[in-house]
Amino acid sequence: MSIEVNGKTLQTDEEGYLADLNDWEPGVAEVMANVDGYELTENHWEVINFLREYYEEYQIAPAVRVLTKAIGKKLGKDKGNSKYLYELFPYGPAKQACKYAGLPKPTGCV
Amino acid sequence: MTDETMLEEDGHSGGVVKKFLYVNRRAPYGSIYALESLEVVLIGAAFEQDVSLLFLDDGVFQLKKGQDTAMTDMKNFSPTYRALEMYDVEKLYADRESIEQRGLTEDDLIVPVEVLSRDEIKDLMAQQDVVLSF
Repeated sequence: MSIEVNGKTLQTDEEGYLADLNDWEPGVAEVMANVDGYELTENHWEVINFLREYYEEYQIAPAVRVLTKAIGKKLGKDKGNSKYLYELFPYGPAKQACKYAGLPKPTGCV
Repeated sequence: MTDETMLEEDGHSGGVVKKFLYVNRRAPYGSIYALESLEVVLIGAAFEQDVSLLFLDDGVFQLKKGQDTAMTDMKNFSPTYRALEMYDVEKLYADRESIEQRGLTEDDLIVPVEVLSRDEIKDLMAQQDVVLSF
């Protein structure tokens, strides 16, 4: 599978996660969101950027419980809860936001 | 149940809690054991079990600071050990003899561990319900 971003063809796995982390650019998130029928807002980007920083630091895509806790620490309690994150990413904040961020599927996510 | 434990995590809580010890005995690269062990630990962490990690023999190299895998085709996954705390995996142990035999000290390790003697390790193992060796 692949997606088209700014004229480039990028390989993805069978679930739509980027095959190569280094292929990522903001356009990737936008294209993936459009395919799913969303427009990304500043609130989405906050989570996507957070995930990219988290991956850079720990070399792992966090499980949803860990993501929720870490977001709460960094961005405040009103954002560090499942309700808020699921409203932004209805397919699951870890799964869907990691995909947009170009990260692998979170370890332990089925 | 709070917001944090609902949805994706539904069904993971309320079960039997067992004591799991993961024994890591091999060098981090050159085989897939270390990475596989780490992934199993992270997956298991979602199931709210009582998890301990022991680093023994060449396994102590998994925690060595300053790993650089640029010349290999394996990812340097050592930073992930620093994420274990966020997964509530907080019981990390290392074997004193293994550390000393390899010319290492606690300061060479990427995360804080409790250094144990062989006798203490024997006790630790005896307390477990499940011991998995990688």
